[in-house]
Amino acid sequence: MEKLLEIKDLWVEIEGKEVLKGINLTLPLGQTHVIFGKNGSGKTSLLMTIMGFPVYKIKHGRILFKGEDITELPPYERAKRGIGIMFQRPPTVKGVKLRDILKLCAKENKVKIEELAQAFQFENFLDREVNKGFSGGELKKSELLQLLVQDPDLVLLDEPESGVDVENIQLIGEMIKKLLQKDTPHKPRTKSGLIITHTGFILQYVAADLGYVIMDGEIYCQGNPIEIFEGIQKYGYEGCKKCLKRLSF
Amino acid sequence: MLEKAVNLKSFKSAKVAPTPKDFTELSEEEKEHLKLLGLDENLKREGEYVQVDAIPLLCKRKVEGLEILPVTEALKKYDWISDYYWKAVSSEKDEFTKAVAEDLDNGYFIRVLPNYKLVYPVQTCLYIRTDNIAQRVHNIVIVEEGAELNLITSCSVHPRIGSALHIGISEFYVKKGGKLTFTMIHVWGEKTSVRPRTGIIVEEDGTYISTYVTLFPVKNIQTAPVCRLIGKNAKASFISIIANHPGSYVDIGGEVHLEAEETRTEIISRNVIYGGENIARGRIIAKAPKVKGHLECQGLMLSDEGVMKAIPELDSYFYDVELTHEAAVGKIAQEEVEYLMARGLSEDEAISLIVKGFLTIKIEGIPPALQSQIDKTLELAKLGF
Repeated sequence: MEKLLEIKDLWVEIEGKEVLKGINLTLPLGQTHVIFGKNGSGKTSLLMTIMGFPVYKIKHGRILFKGEDITELPPYERAKRGIGIMFQRPPTVKGVKLRDILKLCAKENKVKIEELAQAFQFENFLDREVNKGFSGGELKKSELLQLLVQDPDLVLLDEPESGVDVENIQLIGEMIKKLLQKDTPHKPRTKSGLIITHTGFILQYVAADLGYVIMDGEIYCQGNPIEIFEGIQKYGYEGCKKCLKRLSF
Repeated sequence: MLEKAVNLKSFKSAKVAPTPKDFTELSEEEKEHLKLLGLDENLKREGEYVQVDAIPLLCKRKVEGLEILPVTEALKKYDWISDYYWKAVSSEKDEFTKAVAEDLDNGYFIRVLPNYKLVYPVQTCLYIRTDNIAQRVHNIVIVEEGAELNLITSCSVHPRIGSALHIGISEFYVKKGGKLTFTMIHVWGEKTSVRPRTGIIVEEDGTYISTYVTLFPVKNIQTAPVCRLIGKNAKASFISIIANHPGSYVDIGGEVHLEAEETRTEIISRNVIYGGENIARGRIIAKAPKVKGHLECQGLMLSDEGVMKAIPELDSYFYDVELTHEAAVGKIAQEEVEYLMARGLSEDEAISLIVKGFLTIKIEGIPPALQSQIDKTLELAKLGF
């Protein structure tokens, strides 16, 4: 199976503090993997490092995307190559409308922004300053709409269900399914996803192929995501530690 | 070393400048430049006035209810003009007002007759095309009772000019229930000195909205319009959108006197500092009870080479008033840059978009034609690095 993303022995620091300690991970084309971990475990650091934000200093290891070493590339080059990220807490960009960003995300993609926004009941937000005064669910919709327009091959989703009320979670799930081509189950998928979550609730709406547990910057186990999630619900993350099935590659 | 002061004696009179007969004598480059500033025949305008150096080259009225004349003609035509001439600005204010009082080149006189509400803008342009001259201008605008005027003034210099000085006296009168939306878009040169001296008087239920846009390098500008709200429920808004470049000294103020009950004002400035020195002053003086005023100044520092000073002042002589101010000066948030980079923008493109967003102010009451001219100027300025 074609490898879309490969992470090899990745060690990362932020301001001198080690946050990722030898991460190895392979994401095949068309698959969705989910990473479980409690707050501060290194989940967000992993996504931000894959996206290439400079505050995450890679001390060792490589990141390959579509076979190309992208370890040294800035975020916009990674975006151009087909990586997109949904931020958990995106910033407000003063004076910049959501529509402005969507147009930039679209680039050559011939996307009908208005129609897409309408489909997810978000057309009234197009001319608002991006993220300003948005509720939790609105922030997620804004992020997912940007990704739908950007149309990346690898989608990085940082806590997609956090801060979303019950009414909106279904719609957020629909948007993620569309993004990952899970709304057309019989077609071969070309989009892949890496989802991080600490509650795991998103699994009720989006099916994942493989799950991992990350703790203290290390991946401890991998397997069926539903089984891992049920284990976490039953024993907590401490139970994962006791299991001590740390992966070695 | 920034040159903040102006030596009046070092400039020649604009009257000695060679006089073009009409627009055909301007070069294609100049015509294109002026077109970008809004002198475009494809744009709908109710009237136009263009002054080149000391000479009015175009003065055209297109609708009923509007009078537009070179001010020198208006001074001859109307004896009542003495009620407006040097009444909102004192001729003794400083050396620049004295210089214009002593030797006036020209300027525009615009009057909108009572209850005429002009839909499209009136466009004026004060253009300097000759090296080393001082252009001395006096403008008078009267918006009569219940009338409305949208005025765009584009001031600029020849794209290849050396040093120049523009002194512009402007006196604006908004009568009872009238509305004047005044948008100044300035594209000066890095050797141009600019000294506008502006006074505004707004009567009961009148509205004055001023937007000042200067996004290109200039040698120095110093101005502080004084607005008096003399009638109940009169309103004034001052918005400044400034990009301060290396070598530029820009000192922009605004002073509003709330002289009648229920008058209100806001003074808002957005300043992006690439270099040079920027001073954003604002002063609101409550001279009557039940008034409201808000001052807001924000500066975005893009370099360690520049200086930004925010100087807000609030004066009150009554207890039942509401005066507020907020000021913030800082750098671009890295998380905003990275957010946009994750969407595929390079760092320069991200900074440019953030700066443009910072300078984009939604101005309440401004008509779409004026807003689009401001937006166009923001595009032209190619903000960022």
